[in-house]
Amino acid sequence: MLSGISLGQYIPGDSLLHRLDPRTKVIGVLAAAASILAFANWQGLVLTALLTLIALLVSKLPLGIILGSLKSLWLLLVITFLLQAFLTPGTLLAVLGPLKISREGVFAAGEIVLRLALLILIAFLPTLTTPPIKLTAGLESIISPLQRLGVPAHELALMMTLALRFVPTLLQEAEVVISAQRSRGAGFTTGSPAKWARSLLPLFVPLFAGALRRADDLAVAMESRCYRGGANRTRMNALKFSAPDYVVIGVTLAVLAGVVALRFI
Amino acid sequence: MSSIIEIDKLSHIYSPGTPFQVTSLDSISLDIKKGVFLAIIGSTGSGKSTLVRHFNGLLTPAAGNVRVCGIDTADKKQRRNLWRSVGLVFQQPEHQLFEETVFTDVAFGPRNMGLTEAEITERVHEALRLVGLDPLEAARMSPFCLSGGMRRRAAIAGVLALKPQVLILDEPTAGLDPQGKRQLMKHIEEFRRREGATIILVTHDMEEVALMAERVAVLNRGRLVMEGKPREIFSRAAELTAIGLDLPAPARLIRQLRLLGKPVRTDVLTTAEAEEEIARLLGETQC
Amino acid sequence: MTMTESNGTGYLRGCPESQDSQLTAHDRDEIFIAVEDLTYIYNHDKAGGHRALSGIDLAVKAGEFLVVAGPNGSGKSTLARHFNAMLKPSGGRVIVAGMDTMIPENAWEIRRRVGMVFQNPDNQIVSSLVEEDAAFGAENLGLPSEEVKKRVEETLRLIGLSQYAKHAPHLLSGGQKQKLAIAGVLVMRPSCLVLDEPTSMLDPAGRVELMETLIRLNRTMQVTVVLVTHFMEEAVLADRVVVLSDGRIAVSGSPARVFAEVELLAELGLKLPAALEIAHGLRKRGFSLPQEILTMDDILAYLKNN
Repeated sequence: MLSGISLGQYIPGDSLLHRLDPRTKVIGVLAAAASILAFANWQGLVLTALLTLIALLVSKLPLGIILGSLKSLWLLLVITFLLQAFLTPGTLLAVLGPLKISREGVFAAGEIVLRLALLILIAFLPTLTTPPIKLTAGLESIISPLQRLGVPAHELALMMTLALRFVPTLLQEAEVVISAQRSRGAGFTTGSPAKWARSLLPLFVPLFAGALRRADDLAVAMESRCYRGGANRTRMNALKFSAPDYVVIGVTLAVLAGVVALRFI
Repeated sequence: MSSIIEIDKLSHIYSPGTPFQVTSLDSISLDIKKGVFLAIIGSTGSGKSTLVRHFNGLLTPAAGNVRVCGIDTADKKQRRNLWRSVGLVFQQPEHQLFEETVFTDVAFGPRNMGLTEAEITERVHEALRLVGLDPLEAARMSPFCLSGGMRRRAAIAGVLALKPQVLILDEPTAGLDPQGKRQLMKHIEEFRRREGATIILVTHDMEEVALMAERVAVLNRGRLVMEGKPREIFSRAAELTAIGLDLPAPARLIRQLRLLGKPVRTDVLTTAEAEEEIARLLGETQC
Repeated sequence: MTMTESNGTGYLRGCPESQDSQLTAHDRDEIFIAVEDLTYIYNHDKAGGHRALSGIDLAVKAGEFLVVAGPNGSGKSTLARHFNAMLKPSGGRVIVAGMDTMIPENAWEIRRRVGMVFQNPDNQIVSSLVEEDAAFGAENLGLPSEEVKKRVEETLRLIGLSQYAKHAPHLLSGGQKQKLAIAGVLVMRPSCLVLDEPTSMLDPAGRVELMETLIRLNRTMQVTVVLVTHFMEEAVLADRVVVLSDGRIAVSGSPARVFAEVELLAELGLKLPAALEIAHGLRKRGFSLPQEILTMDDILAYLKNN
């Protein structure tokens, strides 16, 4: 059985962060990412970290969930730290066999790990606090101006919506197909790569056939419900900015400006 | 008669250790005799499908014991070979067909058993004939070109070709039209007669149970609440209704008549028996 | 406008664009779907096309509950898909509320007026949120958000799914999923529902749940219902039954009239409901049971008085 909570999965709640318009959260993440990756020096980074901390506190997310998103990527953080610490030349701090650690290296490594960790924490905030369906609507709304440049914003959003809808169904189906083929003696893991690939056919052919069948049914059902593309379509839950959204966007942009100022002035 | 499946205080828990933890089977004990036709009934979510997945080692007990053909399913090594003696037909098995021809698909199981080509061919032909498909004609076709009912039968042939001692079918007739249902049940009966196999049928169709089963096990919320002959089980109408199960339609009618105070038998199962009882009633009043 | 269960007509009154199709008891003879000499051939353009329907003549009256029955492969689903212009006749014509399905411009208004529900409950749900799925059809009509929201709330309440509005559909039971599919078309305020074997993948409880919903919509809301099925138990509940065989109408009429054709139905492999089988057996034994006996309740009532 497929169980447990997956990385970045929506945690229902009623915090200010949960109630914000999904577009606000996306804008916030973009501003924070720009600050962390492009602009922030030491002081800027501290400012951004402070803002992230406030956001995390406001979200009322359980500490375990927040650390969970870092934990899943801890290896990346450790490797980045070690590479930076060992490969940066400067005043020697310690020597471990052929490896030399410099003072500058430790500082640089600390800084880059902090940047990465902040980025990960912030990137997961919208998915942790927004139902996927609302996040999709937010992304569609943000990229919809690009429609004039030929970006199929509505179609992309619809694809995301359908993917969200059918992932649980297809996982369930996969579980049944695996069990059924096992019951006929299928082994999915033995032999050479060619043999192994061949052994996966009993799983993948039914899954693809099933997905196609579902797609076919779904297309007919959607057309029967008068679906004819994004033009003239309205949304029940039209997105609307409210006062907190303006405040949050204002603060975020002010902090971004501050970070840029600290760097260049 | 000896037991082929012995279940002793079996419990099963889905997603243990997570917030979604559910006890789906709760201390089930049941003996299934060799060669019997057993029907397992219960409303959706009562644990029927979970229970039968313990019979061929797809699931293992969280607590308790399951012995199948003398093998303890907790034994990892022996469990791996259970599929050779216990065939499990899933719901809508036609959705698991994957080979280019019906022949190669039905041959999948026998091939995994390590049989010779000659044996494989013989098994495939026999299995296809059993489900009423032409072994030469249909076998060459792609499974995706068959009609819905034929696809279902081809998929079931894929399990029959294993010649299992125990054949488990999870709602095999769901979605078929009445004729397709009748045909399929006839094929299963034929397989049983020929191989002397034990049949375990998971179903919602009470008429099917009344017509075919020798024993009935009733599940409710993961517990075994009744076990016995169909006549015994269906005479406990009030208990069945309480857990969301129906009687076969003729039994329902006769029960209503009893409630009206008419002198009729309590253990009527089929339309023919119901007709007999009503004819007797009408005959008496007309005389 | 609010809608209550007891005052069901509010449902149709709340719909400005369906004023003209508003149904009352006295215009029940008005024909909603007219099928004239319909023939349909799959892959018509290619050689060796498959003739699925031949010379079907049929009129669906506004407000009636019609069952289309027949064995698998008899053309039931093909016929149903002509009712909302998903398929177009190879010969003959289909007129829905005065609109010819052959004219492409009519297709969307026809689909709004004729809501379709399909066999597989999973494959017609588009959203991972119940209320968003119910809204899909209304959103496609380009209605303002407020109107969509109002209709979704009303419809979910009518169908009995309000408490699941914020749930994920894959957590619903089969019967609930099919009710959601019905809600998903009702938000378009159709005057007719066409259901293509909606109960064939449901358990008995789900089947009963769905049939009760359909009968309620038909009786209290005057929604025209066309139910495609191979369960003859469901046909007993209809105003009229049409039995298809090999793409042709084998027999049609009131349930009593159709079920009198015991031999024909047996030949088509259709199973009589148990009550009718018993009644038929008793008649064969020489008892003269009235022809109107269709259900177990009818038999009970008869036996009570005799």
